[in-house]
Amino acid sequence: MADTRTITVTVNGRVCSREVETRLTLADFLRHELNLTGTHVGCEHGVCGACTVLVGGVSARACLMLAVQCDGREVATVESLADGDELNPLQQAFRDNHGLQCGFCTPGILMTLTEFLRDHPDPGEAEVRDVLSGNLCRCTGYQAIVAATLDAAKRMRGGA
Amino acid sequence: MVATGFGASVKRKEDPAFLQGKGQFVDDIHLPGMLHAAFARSPYAHARVGRIDKAAALAVPGVHTVITYADLPESVRRQTLPLLVPHPAIKQAYMPYALAKDEACYAGEPVACVIADSRYIAEDAAQLVAVEYEPLPAANDCRAALEPGAPLAHAGAESNVAARFPVKVGDAERAFVTAAHVFRERIHQHRGGAFFMECRGAVACYEAPAQSYLLYVSSQGSHRLKRCMLDMFELGDHQVRVVAPDVGGGFGPKGSFYPEYVNVAVASRLTNRPVKWIEDRRENFLATHQERDQYWDVEIAVDAGAKIIGVRGQLIHETGAYVPWGIVLPWITATTVPGPYVIPNFKLEVVSVFTNKIQTTPVRGAGRPEAVVTMERLMDRVARELKLDRAGVRARNFIRPEQMPYNVGIIFRDGRPVTYDSGDYPACQAAALATADYEEFPRRQAEARGSGRYLGIGISNAVEATGLGPYEGATVRVATSGKIVVYTGAAPQGQSHKTTLAQIAADQLGVDYDDVTVVTSDTAGISLGIGSFAARTAVNAGSSVHLAAREVADKAKKIAAGMMECMEDDLELADGCVRLKSAPDVRKSLREIAVKSIGMPGFSMAGGLPPGLEHTAYFTPERSVYSNGTHVAEVEVDIETGAVKIVRYTVAHDCGRVINPMIVDGQVVGGVAHGVGNALYERLVYDDNAQPVSTNFGEYLLPLATDVPHVDLVHLETPSPLNPLGMKGAGEGGTIPAIAAIISAVENALAPFGVTIAEAPITPQRIVELLGPAALGRTA
Ligand code: FES
Ligand code: FES
Repeated sequence: MADTRTITVTVNGRVCSREVETRLTLADFLRHELNLTGTHVGCEHGVCGACTVLVGGVSARACLMLAVQCDGREVATVESLADGDELNPLQQAFRDNHGLQCGFCTPGILMTLTEFLRDHPDPGEAEVRDVLSGNLCRCTGYQAIVAATLDAAKRMRGGA
Repeated sequence: MVATGFGASVKRKEDPAFLQGKGQFVDDIHLPGMLHAAFARSPYAHARVGRIDKAAALAVPGVHTVITYADLPESVRRQTLPLLVPHPAIKQAYMPYALAKDEACYAGEPVACVIADSRYIAEDAAQLVAVEYEPLPAANDCRAALEPGAPLAHAGAESNVAARFPVKVGDAERAFVTAAHVFRERIHQHRGGAFFMECRGAVACYEAPAQSYLLYVSSQGSHRLKRCMLDMFELGDHQVRVVAPDVGGGFGPKGSFYPEYVNVAVASRLTNRPVKWIEDRRENFLATHQERDQYWDVEIAVDAGAKIIGVRGQLIHETGAYVPWGIVLPWITATTVPGPYVIPNFKLEVVSVFTNKIQTTPVRGAGRPEAVVTMERLMDRVARELKLDRAGVRARNFIRPEQMPYNVGIIFRDGRPVTYDSGDYPACQAAALATADYEEFPRRQAEARGSGRYLGIGISNAVEATGLGPYEGATVRVATSGKIVVYTGAAPQGQSHKTTLAQIAADQLGVDYDDVTVVTSDTAGISLGIGSFAARTAVNAGSSVHLAAREVADKAKKIAAGMMECMEDDLELADGCVRLKSAPDVRKSLREIAVKSIGMPGFSMAGGLPPGLEHTAYFTPERSVYSNGTHVAEVEVDIETGAVKIVRYTVAHDCGRVINPMIVDGQVVGGVAHGVGNALYERLVYDDNAQPVSTNFGEYLLPLATDVPHVDLVHLETPSPLNPLGMKGAGEGGTIPAIAAIISAVENALAPFGVTIAEAPITPQRIVELLGPAALGRTA
């Protein structure tokens, strides 16, 4: 019954070939086939943003994409951010500003912001809130996330 | 050394793993040979469940079994899920079976459980389970359900009343006769949900050789789940271990015991394989407990000087299909009404009512936000009628700090009088008003109106019982490797217990907080536990860690004194050692002491001390401790679209002494966001047949980063005298007064149109409706 294809995806720089069902979502592919469980699934209908990853450098909802759509493409997940155990400036700013509580929304938010800060190195609070409005967080009330983002932007500008 | 103990805003120990995607949430657990569960659920809010045909589902390749009520073990068929908190006021104690037996009482009630090789296959097959349903009339509203002839939520019930009880102080009837003014309000508060980002989930693993179950559950308390499992399966203490891995938010509903957990355990035993069930978001809307449906009909009596003489009325509380927490919610609501105000006479008739909706159990705030909305609506009403300043009316009714401890006169559900331990309510409101620049608000408002913009300000005060008993324990152990571990039944879902409890232990043991590992919510770690809810963990577990770590420190000194041949009093703990105060280089490491403490085979224990460098303490609070807070919301309402923008938000709060200020700020601000949702956005809509129609995040709106305001925080600190560290709970204080403050601000903004608000949430559609055509005419 199951229709399958063999796909090759470069995930966090590693080339991975797998035979997958055509209906398998990218989120489930990452989590259950590649065991990259940092990408979280909070709604499976494209609203919460917990599953956000970068596909070809552009943010995408891994719950709304099929794994087969990523055949031949590059995917980056939260697992790509740190250098060994060394947190990158965005992750460090989240820790320093208490930008996470339960941590469930965090991977998606970090990936959204990775793209955003790459393209907008010096954002204002309103812009940060606007880009964050695509990710739900039930714990923090966003304030500390906004502070962490502005802090990270500053560090990344200073450190460049 | 940088201070990392009590009072320091140290960075969280939890963060490095979460930030790298290395958390271990329940769906991240993969066990060899694991199967996956999906549920067939009742599509009707109320139906008789007839014959179930599993053939089509079983025929799907990859399906291992389909479980229905008839397939459950005898002990699970015989009993319903346990009622966690029984009470004599409960007249009809309806509780669900693990799978519907012959009647389904809410849309989403589990009817069959399909076990397959993958979740995809299990979900395919769940749709093929053919169930004969006979739809029954459904009760969809708790007020209508009390009317004569209303459909019964449970076939054969005597009525839809689950429980009825009064709460009384003084003599309200007499007080009302003598009052200068009496005002009546009818208020409707609508249910919302927790909507943690990680849905529920469980992994069960039956270990045949040991005849025991290991359960991983995304839960707020493993020990209560274990107890429920022992009851349902009639097992011995050694046959169930429950572990809560990392939990992606809880806010109350993850503290309940759900039928799905029983089913995965049954399935694991039947298939002899580990079985995982992960709730999807639609199931989460259908089958995770919700809260806050209440109708109020209340009156307030005041004297000529706006001093309260009495409050009386009726509260209709919706419990939904079942009563898992008994009357806990309406009771908390009723006892929270007086809040920071002196109310000499109080009488509330409470009735808890069944409907055919998913049950209501505590959600962040747990019955308190509803009480605060009601009380603060009454205070605003008094101010409006008597043309007084709203802050002034509140100020003249505050309990004064010199009246502490203050006996409210109400008996709490633990049978003890509600007695506030400490707090300075006038100072709290004054601090909030100053930060919000309340005095200047009329000028801001007038200016805005000059340009056709409508600003409003709202105030709300609340007092919150926190740190509820009976206890939460902690074992502090120094292993013979010198590593320190704290075991507790507390179950964090974002509250940072692995950091804060380590800080408390580190203080006593003379080490850095990084040297202390906290293991939470594993029934194999500590024998008793309650779990994390009701802002109780800092007070209960925190105090236990403090007491246990102090005992361990004393014992380390006793053993070291023997080893070093000196007096205990000459010793201190620092740098992971016990050392001579006068000569810090003369020392024994905690590791050496731990090795000594376990004795040597064949030798008697020295000094008559019990073996092991460890201690277990269960702090049992005498009664609750009371946090308090004032919220001031300033909003702008667009009278054409009904959109509300919160332009300024101030919180002054007092949660006693604070372990980690950074973490408390996070709890408060996060709590406000939840209140913003309850005030303005979150509506669970059901149709006339109690069919839920808002079952995704497109229809049910959670507040976004663009909706939640920046919150200005002011801290007051009145230490509680009731625990060793002077702490009070902080997890819910952000939510409890928020709804009332925002609604009050919206009403204030719309005052020129004579709009009054007696409901929550207040959505744009509703605001436009309340404004009526006249308002739009004004801007035309
Ligand atoms: S899980 Fe993909 S957006 Fe929610
Ligand atoms: S930190 Fe829990 S959902 Fe964002």
